[in-house]
Amino acid sequence: MFELRGVEMLHGETRVLAGVDLVTRRGRTTALIGPSGSGKSTILRLMLGLWGPDRGRVLFDGAPVERSGPAALALRRRVGYVIQEGGLFPHLTARDNVTLVARWRGDDDDAIERRLLELAALARLPVELLGRFPAELSGGQRQRVGLMRALMLDPDALLLDEPLGALDPLIRAELQLDLRDIFRSLAKTVVLVTHDLAEAAYFAEHIVLLRGGAIVQQGALADFIARPRSDFVARFVSAQRTVALSPPRAPEAP
Amino acid sequence: MTRARTRARAALLALLLIFLFVQVAAAAPAASADGERDAAHVVRVGSKKFTESVVLGELLVGLARAHDTPAAHQRELGGTRILWNALRADELDIYPEYTGTLARELLARPELQDPRELARALEPLGLRLSAPLGFNNTYALGLTRARARALDVRTISDLRDHAELRLGLTEEFYERKDGWPVVRAAYGLAFASDRLRTLDHDLAYAGLLAGELDVIDFYSTDPQIAAHGLTLLEDDRGVFPRYDAVLLYRADLERRAPAFTRALTSLEGQLDDGTMAALNGRVQRAREPEAAVAASFLDERLGLRVELRAPTVASRLRRRAVEHLTLVGVSLLAAVLVAIPLGVVAARRRRVGQVVLALVGVVQTIPSLALLVVLIPPLGIGAAPAIVALFLYSLLPIVRSTHAGLTTIDPRLREAAAALGLPARARLRLVELPMAAPSVLSGVKTSAVINVGTATLGALVGAGGFGQPILAGIRLADTSLILQGAIPAAALALLVQGLFELLERALVPRGLRLRSR
Ligand SMILES: Nc1ncnc2c1ncn2[C@@H]1O[C@H](COP(=O)(O)OP(=O)(O)O)[C@@H](O)[C@H]1O
Ligand SMILES: [Mg+2]
Repeated sequence: MFELRGVEMLHGETRVLAGVDLVTRRGRTTALIGPSGSGKSTILRLMLGLWGPDRGRVLFDGAPVERSGPAALALRRRVGYVIQEGGLFPHLTARDNVTLVARWRGDDDDAIERRLLELAALARLPVELLGRFPAELSGGQRQRVGLMRALMLDPDALLLDEPLGALDPLIRAELQLDLRDIFRSLAKTVVLVTHDLAEAAYFAEHIVLLRGGAIVQQGALADFIARPRSDFVARFVSAQRTVALSPPRAPEAP
Repeated sequence: MTRARTRARAALLALLLIFLFVQVAAAAPAASADGERDAAHVVRVGSKKFTESVVLGELLVGLARAHDTPAAHQRELGGTRILWNALRADELDIYPEYTGTLARELLARPELQDPRELARALEPLGLRLSAPLGFNNTYALGLTRARARALDVRTISDLRDHAELRLGLTEEFYERKDGWPVVRAAYGLAFASDRLRTLDHDLAYAGLLAGELDVIDFYSTDPQIAAHGLTLLEDDRGVFPRYDAVLLYRADLERRAPAFTRALTSLEGQLDDGTMAALNGRVQRAREPEAAVAASFLDERLGLRVELRAPTVASRLRRRAVEHLTLVGVSLLAAVLVAIPLGVVAARRRRVGQVVLALVGVVQTIPSLALLVVLIPPLGIGAAPAIVALFLYSLLPIVRSTHAGLTTIDPRLREAAAALGLPARARLRLVELPMAAPSVLSGVKTSAVINVGTATLGALVGAGGFGQPILAGIRLADTSLILQGAIPAAALALLVQGLFELLERALVPRGLRLRSR
């Protein structure tokens, strides 16, 4: 479980985060939402220890998140990270992307293969696609492979930065459905970034709305609608309500 | 996984092939040198890169063989300094030199006119001087007979009235303390900079005959003077010093090859201006090999029989190819081993990177001849200085391409690699270098192809290779000889290019080639 206490973050002169206090819930999904540039990705990078805060503390399961050293590397292997398009390495096949760290660690070949097939089933990726390079996969397939890579070492938590952002609507709806099933069945701590309130509500009971590097409101979707804490929240909610604020309909599974 | 393994195996095989190839190339010349080098000391003869010096060098080799002394000729070395340094560094035993050059250029004591005084000045340096061979090959300025008649110039003083003339001077004459600077000062000559250019001696002849140049500098024993009916301008103020040909050798040669050293006296006074010009002419105009010209002189004048060993075309080509490949292969391998890590460091730390890139860039701007001259004192003559120079020139393309390959990796992918919890070294090996492979490899290819061309300059310091016939061809204005070096060098460049195309297929991950499609 992640904990941010009074976190401030500067990029040169600009304040990217200003006094963020945030506690995610163990085994549940937390959605970070807000206009672009509001600091959502920055929070994920702090949770992974890719960046360090200028003030305040970032904790994972009660221990400070390190930026370098063995502890930092160990933490990153306990936390899966998925970015738009999956962030796959173009020189490796889907299989090699997923198993990269396990092979580097010297895990047993059979165990790796078993885990790989298990994940392919979970992410609903046809096994015959495992030998393909990222350039030979569709956007949705790449995203599934990215998810498999993040789950390979069976991490305690999963961070996803706009995982569905680059997909066309049909694929997106299909993947949303699959992702939610996966999150529920695995019961992992998930932090998911999106700029779509409907999507946030679909995945998470705990929604965190950011603006200009500060949290303006957090809670369940109902709170945002019934009790907006500011004008901005009200406007943000009503702007998204013009589109139906209900879970998207999934097409028939293939 | 299987695909990755095949690729790794192919890459390993390719590297192994390169390694073997370099080993074979490096071992070959060493083996052939061993065969020659038995108990007796091999007299190491040097010569400058003009015909007269090469003929005298062959004369010395022939003289040694006639006295049962093995000898090797490092022919056509790139300049006076290179020979002087090589002699003093015990890389050479003997080479033909001129009194004027010794006094003015090498010892910087122009007052030493008498060869005996010169010999005394050389003694503390562990060097000995033979008595003069007989001819005085001094500098001269001259022009075609027709042009001289039309302008009515006979003396160097007459040039003062003709500021419109176009001068083509050799770099050496232009720069030397006893060359153009004293002529200009003594005669008060003032030519505008666009009237005067420096160029290769043999090209200057061609320019003069083609009417592109009016006045050029000569050596007074050049056979072209008689052949083309050229007019030498009288040195009416007596500016040019005497350039009596002498043999300069190491004092310890008397101990190492006593019979040969004693035999040197038999050459004294045997070569007057006419004789030397005739020998030069037989090489330059009649295209006789220097060794043959030298052998016939030894036979006719001294009654010495020298067996001529003329290597076959194939064996000569093979030897040059091995020499050339050694230069390219060894220097490139060393450059790859040094430049890729440098490129990695440069990509990791911006400050260090800027310094590294600037440094290897500066190395690139050093003129090759200057670099070679600087490298002779510590490394001697032969392959070593050429390999080091080629190594230094190879760094920039590889460092730069490695740096570019690594710094242009999508930052999101670099972040994804860091987020996986891989340590920096593993990230470099498993993600960053493979992704930078196409760029790195193209840098190595650039270096290799450029190296094949630049290695022809190795002939200037006695490294052999395809530069040797090119140098000789330029000296003799012999196009076919130039082509004997230029065509194999060009073919080798193409071959190297092709080899790298194959290597690219083996080393660049298929996924990256897909993306570029
Ligand atoms: N590497 C960086 N250097 C400087 N500024 C950055 C960098 N990354 C992000 N920022 C700035 O930090 C702010 C927050 O960025 P980010 O967390 O990516 O926003 P979001 O993910 O909510 O769109 C933005 O103003 C962005 O311009
Ligand atoms: Mg973002």
